[in-house]
Amino acid sequence: MISIKAVSKWYGEFHVLKECSTAVSKGEVVVVCGPSGSGKSTLIKCVNGLEAFQQGEILVDGISVGARNTNLSKLRSRVGMVFQHFELFPHLTVMQNLTIAQCKVLRRGTQEATEKGRRLLDVVGLAVQAGKFPAQLSGGQQQRVAIARALAMDPIAMLFDEPTSALDPEMIKEVLDVMVNLAQGGMTMMVVTHEMGFAREVADRVIFMDQGQIVEDRPKPDFFKSPGTDRAQQFLSKILSHGAQT
Amino acid sequence: MYQFDWSSIPGALPYLWQGMVRTLQITGVAIVVGIVLGTLIAVARLSKSSILSNLAALYVNGLRSIPLVMVLLWFYLLVPQIISSLFGQPGVDIRLLSAFVAFALFEASYYAEIVRAGIQSVSGGQVSAGLALGMTSGQTMRLIILPQAFRRMIPLLLTQAIILFQDTSLVYVIGLAEFFGVAYNTGNRDGTLVELLLFAGAVYFAICFGASMLIRALQRKLVS
Repeated sequence: MISIKAVSKWYGEFHVLKECSTAVSKGEVVVVCGPSGSGKSTLIKCVNGLEAFQQGEILVDGISVGARNTNLSKLRSRVGMVFQHFELFPHLTVMQNLTIAQCKVLRRGTQEATEKGRRLLDVVGLAVQAGKFPAQLSGGQQQRVAIARALAMDPIAMLFDEPTSALDPEMIKEVLDVMVNLAQGGMTMMVVTHEMGFAREVADRVIFMDQGQIVEDRPKPDFFKSPGTDRAQQFLSKILSHGAQT
Repeated sequence: MYQFDWSSIPGALPYLWQGMVRTLQITGVAIVVGIVLGTLIAVARLSKSSILSNLAALYVNGLRSIPLVMVLLWFYLLVPQIISSLFGQPGVDIRLLSAFVAFALFEASYYAEIVRAGIQSVSGGQVSAGLALGMTSGQTMRLIILPQAFRRMIPLLLTQAIILFQDTSLVYVIGLAEFFGVAYNTGNRDGTLVELLLFAGAVYFAICFGASMLIRALQRKLVS
């Protein structure tokens, strides 16, 4: 479904991604973790072309993201993305947030889009909030709306860029619950997160990145049992012991 | 002690009113055309194409570096030539037309900067969110960024409109009788220039001060 081949990216002199290669097959859930500045957010943004890369190739459903003749907008409309800071459109109601791209990009009629929106708001447990504006919702609610907004496009895969990092602790669970349901429903997902509980519960594979490189890329049980590198081991013990304290 | 003579004002009121209508016409046209054109220029200035952004920068910096009076005079001398060479003798008042054009183009350069700042005040994450949903960059600008930018810009746009309203008095240099021009001419004719200019000043003050108060109230409402 998603294949990343030897992708490299530079910000000027700074080498943010170094020859990253991995693949996500249909229905697979892959968690990407690593210390901040390791390039994990940049990598996931390369997948739908929000960030350009200078070397390598990324294929999504067989279509090359970096190729000049690729219709990026069309490709993006088929790949959902959820951001750290939600990025709901503040001038639109919750329902309008869910329908605008359906109407303007997929050319669905208002009625069809609204119906779809209502169904998805139901799925994320926010049906009663349809008429409110994003600013009237809590962070956790906003992020659930953002997930519904992405799902409204009937994506073939979902990308999550630290979806719970900007949330208060008591709101993290409600967002993770939605994501777990999605994963168990068979959605192809690439998730940048520090939530190792989520990784343990639904991930098929865990990728560990450090300094722009994919250091580990292993099936979940192996990763948690015995990380292959000291760097991953250290990282894991740090965030897990931290997690145990809170 | 100077003896004020207000007697010529009541008789002049119908003419002053006509002048005010003209003033409002010029202000209205300049606001509408200025904002539309200014928005296009702002978007061009922020575009990735260096040709577009340089042209837009040239326009903005060029017009902002020239006194408005001069722009008015140039257009007064130029526009009639162009129009009559294109369409023959026009039926409309050429002075009014050149005032419309000059003010619209001049104001566009100021509105462009306001709109540009407004666009830049919307976070980059909003652009990413629009693009990630499959919108083109044009759709993202039109549907996501500009509506948010304009909401934030309303007070600034209105403040600029007040400045513009006052600046229209400059059209007296091309002999166009808007509010200030009518007051000036009437005063001159009747020998009551001081009174009429005082009266005109009071009207400008009342309108602009009232509008400022409205904007302030609106600003409070937008913030809360």
